[in-house]
Parts: sequence; C-alpha cells; structure tokens
Amino acid sequence: MATTAVPANQAPKLNYLNNGHTIKSWLLTTDHKRIALLYLFSVTAFFFLGGFFAMLIRLELLTPEGDLMQADTYNKVFTMHGIVMVFFFLIPVVPAILGNFVVPLMVGAKDLAFPRINLLSWYLYVAAGILFLHCMLNGGVDTGWTFYTPYSTASNSNVVEAGLAIFIAGFSSIFTGLNFIVTIHRMRAPGLTWSRLPLFIWSTYATSLVMILGTPVIAITMVLVVAERLLHLGIFDPALGGDPILFQHLFWFYSHPAVYIMILPSMGVISEIVPCFARKRVFGYNFVALSSVAIAVFGFLVWAHHLFVAGISLYSAMVFSFLSFVVAIPSAVKIFNWTATLYKGSISYATPMLYAFGFIGLFTIGGLTGVMLATIGIDVHVTDTYFVIAHFHYVMVGGVLMGYLGGLHFWWPKITGRMYPEAWAKLSALFVFVGFNLTFFPQFILGYLGMPRRYWQYPPEFQVLNVLSTAGASVLAIGYLLPMIYMLWSLKYGAIAGDNPWHAAGLEWKTTSPPPTLNFDETPVVTWEAYNYDEIPDRPLEVPVAQ
Amino acid sequence: MAGQVDALYIYLLLVSGIMTAIIFLAVAVLAIKYRRVPGRDAHQIEGSTILEVSWSVIPFFIMLTFFIWGAVIFFEERTPPADATEVYVVAKQWMWKIEHIEGQHEINELHVPTGQNIKLIMTSQDVIHSFYIPAFRLKQDVLPGRYTTLWFKATKPGRYHLFCAEYCGTMHSGMGGDIIVMEPQDYALWMAGGALNPLPETGKALFASLGCSTCHRSDVQGESRGPDLAGLYNKPVKLEDGRTVIADENYVRESILDPTAKIVSGFKPVMPTFQGIVNDDQLNALVAYIKSLAQPSSGQPSQGTAGLENQPTPAGQPQNVQVQ
Amino acid sequence: MEPEAHGPELVHQFSDVQQQKNAASLGMWLFLVTEIMFFGGMFCAYLIYRLEYFNAFAAGSQQLSIKMGAINTAVLIISSVTVVLAVKAAEAGKRKLLVGYLVVTVLLGLTFLVVKGFEYREKFEKHHVPGSTFSFTDKFDDNGKQYSVNSKEAELFFSLYFVMTGMHALHMIIGCGLFTVLAILAWKGHYTPAYFTPIENSGLYWHLVDIIWIYLFPLLYLISRHS
Repeated sequence: MATTAVPANQAPKLNYLNNGHTIKSWLLTTDHKRIALLYLFSVTAFFFLGGFFAMLIRLELLTPEGDLMQADTYNKVFTMHGIVMVFFFLIPVVPAILGNFVVPLMVGAKDLAFPRINLLSWYLYVAAGILFLHCMLNGGVDTGWTFYTPYSTASNSNVVEAGLAIFIAGFSSIFTGLNFIVTIHRMRAPGLTWSRLPLFIWSTYATSLVMILGTPVIAITMVLVVAERLLHLGIFDPALGGDPILFQHLFWFYSHPAVYIMILPSMGVISEIVPCFARKRVFGYNFVALSSVAIAVFGFLVWAHHLFVAGISLYSAMVFSFLSFVVAIPSAVKIFNWTATLYKGSISYATPMLYAFGFIGLFTIGGLTGVMLATIGIDVHVTDTYFVIAHFHYVMVGGVLMGYLGGLHFWWPKITGRMYPEAWAKLSALFVFVGFNLTFFPQFILGYLGMPRRYWQYPPEFQVLNVLSTAGASVLAIGYLLPMIYMLWSLKYGAIAGDNPWHAAGLEWKTTSPPPTLNFDETPVVTWEAYNYDEIPDRPLEVPVAQ
Repeated sequence: MAGQVDALYIYLLLVSGIMTAIIFLAVAVLAIKYRRVPGRDAHQIEGSTILEVSWSVIPFFIMLTFFIWGAVIFFEERTPPADATEVYVVAKQWMWKIEHIEGQHEINELHVPTGQNIKLIMTSQDVIHSFYIPAFRLKQDVLPGRYTTLWFKATKPGRYHLFCAEYCGTMHSGMGGDIIVMEPQDYALWMAGGALNPLPETGKALFASLGCSTCHRSDVQGESRGPDLAGLYNKPVKLEDGRTVIADENYVRESILDPTAKIVSGFKPVMPTFQGIVNDDQLNALVAYIKSLAQPSSGQPSQGTAGLENQPTPAGQPQNVQVQ
Repeated sequence: MEPEAHGPELVHQFSDVQQQKNAASLGMWLFLVTEIMFFGGMFCAYLIYRLEYFNAFAAGSQQLSIKMGAINTAVLIISSVTVVLAVKAAEAGKRKLLVGYLVVTVLLGLTFLVVKGFEYREKFEKHHVPGSTFSFTDKFDDNGKQYSVNSKEAELFFSLYFVMTGMHALHMIIGCGLFTVLAILAWKGHYTPAYFTPIENSGLYWHLVDIIWIYLFPLLYLISRHS
C-alpha cells in the first residue's frame, strides 16, 4: 500500500534529510546520519565495480581456454575484484553505513564522539578510492589482493598506487573504529549500562577493537612493500637477504582479523533482526555478547592457518590449526543462540527476517567449511583451490552481505522515513539466496577435484561446474540489482514508515523516521533491559524523559 | 595417503552435513511452528547456561577429533622416510624443471615408479610457486632462496595432473604438467633411454672446477682451510657462536651462497660466496654430491674429496661457471 | 592586558564538559595504541632479522654514531619534560610560561631532526644508504675478534634503520607542527585552566614518539657495544 504524498495537515518535520539542501551541507556535514549516507553512496558504487570485475571473471571461466581476455588482464581483474571487495566494500559496509547511522541512536547520543573525524574518515575512504581508480585506469595491479612477495616486489604493475590506496583506506577504518569505541564507552544515555546494550553495539565494539589493533599492521606492511619497490630495500626479497614468509606473516596478521571486522557487525545485525521478528529477547544475551569479544580476541591468534603449506614448521602449523578450531566455537554459539531464540517466538517473515534465516544457514555452511580448512590434512589438498574461494564467499557473501541487506531493509524506514516494497524485497532475497548457492556450491566440488584458484585457463574436465557457477552468478546479479531499483523507488513512492513500523525495541525506534539532526528531542533515560519485547506489544511505548 | 585424506574428508562432510541439516531443520521447523498467529504471544526465555556450555563443549570435542586426525595425516606428510629416492625440482616462471638423481632432466613431467618413496627437494628461481598434485592430495609451496620438500609413494600407474597452486604471474594457470607413474619395469626402461650423468657426478665435477676441493679436504684442517665435508649430511654441526645446527639441504645450500651466515666452530670466515656464480641447477648438483659423501670408515682414507685435491683444472674449462 | 578567558567550548554531541574531556582523552589513547601497532610491525621485522643475521646487524650497528644517538636521546627526554611543564603551566593558567615551554619543545624537536640530518648525511658519505650505492666493508668487532659479514645482510640492517628512524622522524615532524600550532593558539589565549585538552593530548602523542625512540636507540645503536 503506497502513499505518494504526506497528508495535508502534517507539515514536513525538520529532520536530518531536509535540514540543509546545499551540496556543502552534505559534503561538509558532521551529522553521522548524513555521513552514513555518503558512505552508502560510495560503498555501493565500489560494490558494483567489484561486481563488474566478478562478472568478467565468471564470463572468462565459462570456457576452459583463456579466450575472453589475455592472461595478464584476467590476473588484474581478479586482483582488483579482491582489493575492491575486501578493502572498499566488505570492511566498511556495515560499520560505516549501518554503524555510523545507528550507533549514536542506539546509545541515545546526539552524534558520535568525534563527528569531524567521522567526516575525515569518509574523505580518506574517497581519497583511497580515487587513488585506486587511478591505479586501475593506469593499468591496474596483478599481484592478487594478497600481494605476496617477491612477485609483488618485481611485478611491473601499479603495486605502489594500490598499496598506498590500501594504506589510506586503512586509516579510514581506524578512525571509524576509534570513534565507535569512544562513543560506546563515554556517551551512553543515562541508565544504559553495558548489560542493557543492544547486541549490535557489542558487535560493533568488538569490531572496533579489531580495527584499531589490526589495521595499523597492514598499513606498515604496505608501507614496507612500497618502500621495497621504490627504494630497492630487501626486506622481503630473498635475493637481497629478505624473507618472503615474513611478508605473509605480517600480511595475514591483519588480514585474518580483518575477516572478523567484516563478519562481526553483520552478526550484530542478525542479533537485532531475530529478536524483533520473533518478538522475544535473544536466547543467552550474555553469551552472545561475550562471543563477539571472544571472536575478536581469538581472531588475532590464528593468522598462520593461511600459511600451512607456505613453509612454516610442522609444530607451528599444528598450534595454529588447534587455535583455528577454538575460534570457531564462539561463532557456533551465536548460531545456536539465534536458532534457540526462534523457539516459542512469534515469528514474522518480513524481508529482514528472511535475510537472517539465509545468514544462519549460509554462515553455518561457510563456517563449517572453515573448520574443514583448519584441519591441516585437508587443507594441504584444498588450500589455494576453489574450495577456499567457495568457503570465503559463503561467509562473506552468504554471511556479511546477507546481514548487510537484512540490516539495510530493517533500518531503511528509520533512515528514509519510507517503507520499501515488501513483495519485491522478498523476491529479491530469493534471487540472492538461490543465485548465491548456485554460484558457489559447485566451487567446493571444483576445489576438492583440484582446480587451483586464480586460473585464467583450466583443464576441460572442470567446465561443467564452472558453467553452473556462472549461471548462478547471473541470478545473483539480478538479486543485487533489484534492491537498487526498488529502494530508489521507495524514496519517492514508498509508504510513510512512522517512528517504529516494526514495533522494535531499541532507542533508535523511539525517535522519528527520519530522525532529527540531533537524534532525540529529549535525551532518553533507560530503565529497561534490551529486547524488552515482553513489554512491546504492537502498540508504541511511552518514552521517559530526562529532567 | 590420498585415501586417508579422503576418509577424513568424508568424516568431516558427514559431521558438517549433520550439523548443517540440524540447523536448517531447526530453523525451518521453528519458523513454521512458531509463526505469528493472532492471540499467541512470544514466550520470553532468558537462556540456559547448561545448554550454552553443552553446545560449546561438545562441538569442541568433536572438532578435537578433526584436529587430531588432520594433524596425524599432516605429520606423516611432513616426515619423509629415510630411504626415499630424491628428485630435485626447480620452479621458474612458468615451468617445472625436474632433475632425477640418476641424471634425467624433465620439463613439466615427473616420471616415478610405483611402490617407491619419492622425496622432492624443491626451490624456485624467482617467485613463490606451489607444487600441487590433486590426485595425491598433496601440495607444497616452492620458495626462492631455500628448499622445501614433499614426499609421496605412488601406488597406481597413470598420468596425474600437476598444477602450480601459488599465483606467480601471467602464465600461472599454464604452469602445469603431469606426474607419470609407471610400473617399476617400465620405469627402468624409461630411465635407460639416453646417456645420463647422475646428479652427484655432475656435482663432483663442479666441486672440482669451482675450486671447492682446494679448501674442503680431509688432509689439512683449520686455519685457511674449510671443514671436511665427508659424512657431513644430516649430522649436527657446532658453530662459532655456540649454536648447533643440523647439516640439511638448506644448510648446505646456505653455506654455498652465504658462507658467513654460519661459521663452523674452529674455522675462519674465509670462504667466498658463490651467489651469482652458481645457478639453482648447479646448486642442486653440488648439494646432491655433498650428500653422497659417506663417512669414511676407520683406517681407510676418505673416498670423498681426497681424490680431487691434486686434480689440475682440465684445460679449457673455465675456473668459474657463470650463471646465464 | 589579560586576554579574555575562554571557557571550554562544549560541542553539541556531549552533555557536559567532563564527558567531552574524557572522550578526547580516550580517543587519543586509542590512537596511540594504533601507533604502537604500526611501529610494532617494523620492530617485529627487525627482531626476526636481528636474530637471523646477528653478526651483520652488529657490524652495522657499530657503524652508527653513538654520540649523536645519545645526544638525540637526551634531547627527546628533555623535550618530554618541557611538555609536562607546558601542561602544568596550562593547568595553572600561566599563558606566557605555556607558550615558552611549547616553543622550547619545538626547538628541541628541531634539534633532534637536525642531528638526525647529520647522521643521515654521514650514512650517505659512508655509502651505507641501501640501494645501488651501498657498500659495506666493515667488520663485526666482537670483543676484539673481527668477523666479516655478508654485505646483503648489512644492507638489510640499514634498510630497517632508515625505515624505522625515518618513520619516527616523520612522526617528530608532525609533532613539531602540532606544537607550533598549539603555541600560536596558546599565545592567542585559547587555553585556560578549564580547557587545555589539546595540550594534554598532544603531550601524550609527543611522549609516545619519545618512548618509541627510547626503544629504537638501544635496539639500533647499541648492539654488541662493549667498552
């Protein structure tokens, strides 16, 4: 049911969207909500760029021969697909868009702790993006997103530009994380104790810890690679006395925790959606909250599981294998807790909940295949094959992206004041789920059969599975394009949302949709536990006012 | 070995499959059974510590079985038997060079007999590659500047894919080949074709022509000479700085390319480096030769380097062999 | 004439001044943690290679000027003292003293950089700059015993030396710039006993850069130095 105009007796209220219409008021904004939209715009643009590269990859892989493009071009395409998706999409997508928008609202604050640093963070992202685009247009980079030395020291592609772009993007990430930690520590509304915090805040907090501790290491690693190329130093080059494995250790010391930066916020989103659409508090709140912190901590102890066959010692490998199993436990705990939350709930199948169901199923598969990779005997066979590619796409796309889409739909009414069209959204979710599985499940089989990754051409016996995968990718693409269309449509024609269309718990729903620039007319005082769905039937609750 | 990996994989698939099915079913059943109906409110449940502990501890112990089985297989994969036949592999962009100890050189193909333990000693001339035989479920990265090893015992004759599995540039996907496993009699026939110079013999000739034998000899030790290399391989070596290391392939290789890295106790750092003077193939030959030098038994003069001391450099042969 | 006292400007997102101050302080500490992780990567690389190539690293270290390194260490420690005194002056509302200490800190920082410049020049003259001009013929002096070392390994020492001290110097330059700006603002009367948060937080930054040098100096300059 779409209404196209606001009823005549309601003058449009001043909110963050209509509070200033000039370009300057957007580009120099310090309002976290506007910055979130700036990120939404730029991150989405990079997502489609990364998706374009993915399309090129899948098209090339339709046939065993390398017949669509030259080998060098293909190598650049998969490298840039990886760099764009990892650094310009997956890392910022939930924290910088949903986190930026929702965190101050959820803690009852008027903004983040450092709004100007928040804006700086966006500009750093944009600067990094422009530098990377320049790198791309200048011939690109072909080292793989992992930049292994000595190939990256010697490659005659634009490693320096790409490395510097990643360095700058890293600082964008660091400042975002820093802002969140200070906000969560110092700016919670009166009465909002740690144990009353929404789980999205717990996840964001854990993510931010990883961001500030891990990202500087990739920064210095990229600096060293750039220095090595420009100044011919020998830090990672064996011909000059250096050790290429040292690069791998330094690289993965960040890049493994980075995947927890990607997944934790999405897990936080699921922790918001499931209680709302099951109308009950999350099962085992304490355990879910603690599991976020556990994932962040243990995530720093497992990096060398990327180096099992790289030439590390036998005993080293065994230690990291063991620790990699340990880090799986807190993730499993979350899955069990969300599932248990459904028990005796009152469950609705709104789009956000469908994405949550998808997340639970696909993250389970992705996580279990991760456990398979932690088993060294298996990893020796399947590392550097399509098995690994399938694994990380299950957790990144089936996990992070599903969580993001669920959250985007969940908070869309709050962000825009409009409802998206439910039927189209459900259809879109179906396309994503089916397309995704068709794309990536065959890749598990391809990997175990022995097809290595980063292959421009492959033996003919692998073709059928590759064709299936490409077919799936086409379906998946539709699933991503549809929301672009109907979300934009909803801005003008979507139903007016009201303050709390989902009758959800959480402070963000106790202000208008869209919220005013300073978030709350009066600072809320919290006297209730999180997810108090027993107190929220389908009618709005009175908000106590601070004196 | 491949059978064991597959068995472990099937076990993992079963357990994961069951776990996935449980979760999928639980979500589906609960989502349908407890769908929203007017008149029934959700029932708030705080949690259950017993459940939390159970579903943390039980999966942990299940995963422990994965870990142990995987670690056992890995340990076996990384412990080559002492009697393994050695084959040297040099990877370069974008091909595999194979050097059998008997002297055969192969490009992108490795012939092996069934029923024999084969140990590959591998290095790269340029960037990191990875030697991957899917049929054997084995893979090992091949690094520049050092040796890594991979061992296997083939049981079934046939032709099996060899892939490079670490991205290495333009023709990474073209850097493939075959492992050709033959019955022992067929393998012997294949071996016999063509005149061969066993790798240690090549190494012995290099040892003389490069002048190694002037210092590494069994008659005079210490001062301006080098340690006697007879029986050196795989023995512990005491160094100047107090450390003791095992003289494995990497040690021998390093001693040729960077002699001052590990000075043997009692000797001076006078050996020149051969970095840039010998290429990887020559290095392999020298390493193979030094490994072949047996410990002299008591009373008998060393058969190792002794015979080379007074050999004049053959006329016409360059004193130093340059890398191309 | 006493400049007009400014109160701390409460920005909109904070509910009171104390919260604002606490937030700024926590933010700076978190930033310092990221700096530690950043330098940590280089220290990690350094420690690994020093263990592996001890002789060459010792030989390289023995070629560094202990005199200049020690002077720089003293200069930085004194500058941290002046920073502390600046903060105390701000707290006490003594504007001229505050500006004075900030200026002295900047001057000490510049002194450090000048001495570093002399050191780098010496490295250049001795052909110890990594790259095509590098040449290292010095030996490792182990209590009288001389060992020659692998030139590539020594070059690695100097690579790490330049990257680590260079990165440190870059942070020093930023610090000097920061304090110059603060000195100007302090002269204009921006800081009062009620509000001197930027002085405090910039002071924290300066102390960290100092501490990093306190680690760099013995690690780089004092390998195997005997009487």
